[in-house]
Amino acid sequence: MMKFIKLLFRNQLAAVGAVILSIIVFLALITPFLPLQDPGATDLPNKFLPPFTEGHFLGTDHLGRDMLSRLFWGTRMSLWVGFVAAMIAATVGSAIGITSGYFGGRVDNIFMRFVDMLMAFPYILLAMAIVAALGPGLNNALIAVAVVNIPFFARNIRGITVGLAQREFVDAAKLAGMGHTRIILFELLPNVLPVIVIAMSTTIGWMILETAGLSFLGLGSQPPQADLGSMLGDARDDLFTDPHPSVIVGIAIFLIVMSINLLGDGVRDALDPRLRSGALSRPLPSTMVDRGGDIPTPTEDLLAIQNLETQFHVGNRIYRAVNDVTLTVKPGECLGVIGESGSGKSVTALSVMGLVASPPGVITGGAVRYEGNDLIGAPYEKLRQMRGDKVSYIFQDPLSTLHPLYRIGDQLAEAIQSHHPVSNAEARKRAIKLLKDVRIPNAESRIRNYPHEMSGGMRQRVGIAMALANEPEVIIADEPTTALDVTVQAQILALLDDLRRDRGLAIIFITHDFGVVAQLCDRVAVMYAGRIVEQGLTDEVLAHPAHPYTKRLIACVPELGEGRRVLAAIPGLPPIVSDLPPGCAFAPRCDKARPECSQGDIALEGAGSQTVRCLYPEEDIK
Amino acid sequence: MGAYILKRLLSAIPVILGITIIVFLIIELIPGDPATAILGAYATPENVERINRDLGLDKPMVARYFIWLGNMLQGDFGRSFSLNRPVLDEISDRFSATLILAGVSFVLCSIFGILAGVISAARQYGFADKAITFVVLIGISIPSFFLGMMLQLFFAVQHRMLPVSGMKMIYGGGDLPDILWHLILPATALAAVATGVIARLSRSAMLEVLRQDYIRTARAKGVNERRVIYGHALRSAMVSIIPILGIQAGFVISGAVYIEYVFEWPGLGRMLVNAILKRDILLVEGGVVVVASCYVLFNIMVDVIQSLIDPRIKT
Ligand code: SF4
Repeated sequence: MMKFIKLLFRNQLAAVGAVILSIIVFLALITPFLPLQDPGATDLPNKFLPPFTEGHFLGTDHLGRDMLSRLFWGTRMSLWVGFVAAMIAATVGSAIGITSGYFGGRVDNIFMRFVDMLMAFPYILLAMAIVAALGPGLNNALIAVAVVNIPFFARNIRGITVGLAQREFVDAAKLAGMGHTRIILFELLPNVLPVIVIAMSTTIGWMILETAGLSFLGLGSQPPQADLGSMLGDARDDLFTDPHPSVIVGIAIFLIVMSINLLGDGVRDALDPRLRSGALSRPLPSTMVDRGGDIPTPTEDLLAIQNLETQFHVGNRIYRAVNDVTLTVKPGECLGVIGESGSGKSVTALSVMGLVASPPGVITGGAVRYEGNDLIGAPYEKLRQMRGDKVSYIFQDPLSTLHPLYRIGDQLAEAIQSHHPVSNAEARKRAIKLLKDVRIPNAESRIRNYPHEMSGGMRQRVGIAMALANEPEVIIADEPTTALDVTVQAQILALLDDLRRDRGLAIIFITHDFGVVAQLCDRVAVMYAGRIVEQGLTDEVLAHPAHPYTKRLIACVPELGEGRRVLAAIPGLPPIVSDLPPGCAFAPRCDKARPECSQGDIALEGAGSQTVRCLYPEEDIK
Repeated sequence: MGAYILKRLLSAIPVILGITIIVFLIIELIPGDPATAILGAYATPENVERINRDLGLDKPMVARYFIWLGNMLQGDFGRSFSLNRPVLDEISDRFSATLILAGVSFVLCSIFGILAGVISAARQYGFADKAITFVVLIGISIPSFFLGMMLQLFFAVQHRMLPVSGMKMIYGGGDLPDILWHLILPATALAAVATGVIARLSRSAMLEVLRQDYIRTARAKGVNERRVIYGHALRSAMVSIIPILGIQAGFVISGAVYIEYVFEWPGLGRMLVNAILKRDILLVEGGVVVVASCYVLFNIMVDVIQSLIDPRIKT
């Protein structure tokens, strides 16, 4: 609860709303005790006195009544009416919602049908029909507004109750012989109460406004009773000659509604966990760069990732997702990058073209060089021109990575047209060719499919076709086969292997499966906690894994025909920088760990092509 | 497609029947003899006899409902006693005025609301975002009737730029430019709140979509950012924005009642307010049933448009 209030007040606007609203509510509560003039005392000779007149701080209205006093009493009335309406709507609506959700079946069906029908009305029509039946008057307007809001509560509360009604404590209560009424009152109600309160806090502003509106139309409070709405309605008659009563009352309504809105927004934000971490930030077109330290010197490689550091900045915390990673590929070569989820392998891959979601991602060091040119911190347009044209990506789950609302032909054509100014007809022709290249049958008709109309394997072929659209030099494949079954996986791997041989493509293949690496990759780099812990030729590493972690990964490769066995993933995000133990990050899980392992940085060492970051390697590779 | 539209139209029938039942039940709430209750101030002996005959008020409730429903289906909504003319004539006279006002406001709030929301999301935390968020907050907090009054005061009374009220000039008016001229202030006042709400929800819909994997894919293939936002992201965001538009249409219709009252616009809203004040129950019933049914049909249109945008919806 304290945490909630803290969160609420971190939101400055919500705090402003809370303060304004508390002042208004406080003044409304103490109105009878304030030294105000009689709100009903008319004084016709002194009508329409302007504000700040002696004795009438806010002037007088068309009957010479003191505006300040009327404003206070009117506000009190409006707040009270809104509050009562909210209470009635909440009580009746929640009763319907709980009953409906708890009993389910027929009861639920009938209630919810009824609620649906009420919701088919634009709200004011329903309110007006009720007022028409009951006759104009503040109480009737109040009832009308309450009834109109019942469906909202009934719906929300029903939804929550349905979830709760299946939980063990309800079953337990039933077994213990508790009656329905008692279960509803003592087991369910306490659990849905917070939801009711929140729903009230977000609708009470509306209810105040709606009753004020009905009064404004002359359908609510009747003289001498006055709420803000009827005051505004009265003042409107003289709007053009003496606007100040209208303006004063209107602003009062505005302030009440605004403060409630602000507070309501704050409450909602504080309760929605997605907003807490700032996750609802829009990712920038390319990853933010805030590079410190030296920039490594250029190399001859086609693509070189050099001493790359990518971090996630969430609030005050820093997660070091990629920590000093260096990798290179040559044309026609396939490099495997292997590790568990959270090891930083995907973030490394996405960093290359600045595709790490940012915020929270920030590239803080190192370089990514394509043919020697550093891409980190390159202008957006330069990066965009390279994306998909020189370096392209294949992602894991093509159902979520292809746009669900575009035909695949259009998505392919777009990839081409983003880099080559070709006609639509030409783009279409090339799209068909691409589909044929990735061995999709009936390419001519397939281009008219939407992603959801294809199988997983076909979709991934589309993903590959899209990556090939502009004949790139490098393809970065981020777990492209993880979502597929074994046979389809084998087909896709064979396809990638052919493409590499035919076109001289360089492939960086991200995976958690050593079996895949063995089939496809010339070299392999093993990542753990954002670092490379072992690197070498695939055969070498497979035959003589030097790092204890590599050995365990290899042990995980499923035998043919057996299901997939996956090493227990490291829970949560990569280690927090402040929590990162000195020395080897694998030490807590390593059988061979000794105190020295956790003392200082361990270098990536080795004599030949194989290097390892371990004090007591499994194999002596020096 | 045609089959889908037909299916949706058929599904409207129970809803509209439900509306008539609810309206009927509400009016049944009036205590006392139904004839006198419905007639209220107009309960002269001949009126009582007439309404007894028309609505079969001496019969049991269920029978009365079906008589009333049957009459409506034949286009007979009864007679307005305060205006002394058939209810349906009065409604059809006023229908177009409300349609113009609500329709134009709805178009305005959809366009500006979505535009503001998208810009706001694209420039998250930038100046435009903050400015829009601020204006939206004011827009959704200001009562439409008060906004209408202030617009009248400022633009029509103090600056005499636009007409204060009404739908056309009394002499020689009534052509399209004249009506549009009269429409500017009320349509603005009516659209304000809905624009704010749509802008807000569009902003969060866009932010939600921009985090999706397929946006990253679009970027990875080198699509330029403008197209990513106004093409890929907006297209997906529309899937969640369109239902919001349907809901907001209900609020526009509701707000029209106030705005017609403030601007003396000769539409159904003002008719209803007057009818309630004069306790002309049959006119209220007729007006509510007609407007609510239109709203149901409008929402079907929204569903159909939704199915055109989203191929995943089975049509
Ligand atoms: S350095 Fe020590 S703890 Fe780390 S992997 Fe090698 S032996 Fe294990």
